[in-house]
Amino acid sequence: MTDAWFAGVDPDDPAAGATGVREGHADAPADWPAEAVQGGFAADESEYYERLREATIEATRDEVAEREGADDVQLTHAVRAMDDAERTANELAERVVEWAGTLYEDVPRGLDGVRDIADRDPTTPAEERVVSYATRAVDLLDERDELRTFIEERAPSAAPNLAEMAGPVLAARLISLAGGLDKLAKAPSGTVQVLGAEDALFAHLSGRASSPKHGVIFTHEYVNGTRPEDRGSAARAFAGKLSIAARIDHYSGDYRPEVHAELTDRIETIRARAEEGDE
Amino acid sequence: MSDGLPEGVERRPYDGRERLATNGEPVYGEPTDSDGWRAWDAGRSKLGAMLELEMDTGLDGGETVLYLGAASGTTVSHVADFAGPTYAVEFAPRPVRDLVGVAEDRDNLFPLLKDARDPSSYAHVVEADVDCLVMDVATRGQATVAIRNKQFLADDGRLLMAVKARSEDVTAEPDDVFDDVVSDLESEYEILETARLDRFHADHLGIVARPK
Repeated sequence: MTDAWFAGVDPDDPAAGATGVREGHADAPADWPAEAVQGGFAADESEYYERLREATIEATRDEVAEREGADDVQLTHAVRAMDDAERTANELAERVVEWAGTLYEDVPRGLDGVRDIADRDPTTPAEERVVSYATRAVDLLDERDELRTFIEERAPSAAPNLAEMAGPVLAARLISLAGGLDKLAKAPSGTVQVLGAEDALFAHLSGRASSPKHGVIFTHEYVNGTRPEDRGSAARAFAGKLSIAARIDHYSGDYRPEVHAELTDRIETIRARAEEGDE
Repeated sequence: MSDGLPEGVERRPYDGRERLATNGEPVYGEPTDSDGWRAWDAGRSKLGAMLELEMDTGLDGGETVLYLGAASGTTVSHVADFAGPTYAVEFAPRPVRDLVGVAEDRDNLFPLLKDARDPSSYAHVVEADVDCLVMDVATRGQATVAIRNKQFLADDGRLLMAVKARSEDVTAEPDDVFDDVVSDLESEYEILETARLDRFHADHLGIVARPK
């Protein structure tokens, strides 16, 4: 049995060849042209290369279209689903712990408690219900973790610079809040800075509050790890570079290490203020 | 050949200046002449710079080539003009869109949207014992990528690699980065020649090596 891309592929079916190229894998290369001729996939080497060319071009063109067209959409759904799963799991957990507390002693609080309950063997009909309910909550937590893994795998190819700079999950949140990578790329950096702080922004715009310094980017260490009086500067610098990263990802797709180094420098400079002891 | 250029690569005059050129369909608005030769801009191509600097690449023309980091296909289009079957691997979807266009104009260029750090994702397509492995990947761990992909290279094949110092560590001195990369490579490759490509590409090192 061979791992070749053309294994089991009808030579006259270019779509099947393309699927072989896209989805196959092998631990090691082999003399594929010779194998193909021996196995009757091609009459000779030059026919093999013709078929290979057709299959690689079709496979690659399709995959590019798919990845370019849909990656940010997938990330948007995945990050929203992850948040839904987490919120719902917490809600279920509250009920589980509350209920289990009337049936068992020593129920740990929070999500640990839920996992603990889910592992128990019920002995009464009431216990059966609460253990079953806890199992649903645990499944939902596992699903949240799977969604996070999916985002961590997908974000770096959808938006390499943004994912490197913000981390995959925050990158996905920014894309989701902006409504797509293209919208994020076109947004001014001041908008990126306050994405996720819409309520505070509208309070400010209607004259009820000062302007928000940061939105969801607060979750990044560059912002929350900077002392409060410098957070506005850090958030502005971070948002500026995130904006540039989103534009590179949307318009070129190259990974540019320079941008990341510039941001690191800038954040260090801002944090050095604290060490200089100025107020 | 005495000038170290493979068959199919020539120095030809464009606007009164001798430049490298290959014969094929134009790709990126490069100058062409009436015989179908198109200038190979060493300022846009690390492999072009290596040839321009007369490094001994061991290329004769007609080789089977695995090219990692093909980007939008600027350099690999020239490679396909003088080489044999040419496998072009690139990870980012956006440049690959252009690469597919380049491949459509050529019979011997096979574009692959795959990650060079994960050779098992294309070992079912790329044949064993290629004559030449060209590497121009702007990622951290460039030596590791070269080592992982050694399995494709024939025993007497050549690794032609352009190391970008800034991809490894933007803050370090390029010379230190190059020393590290070369010493990492030496576990699996015999280094035949190195040269700074700075005349054409700042903070890049060209390496010619063969598998140990």
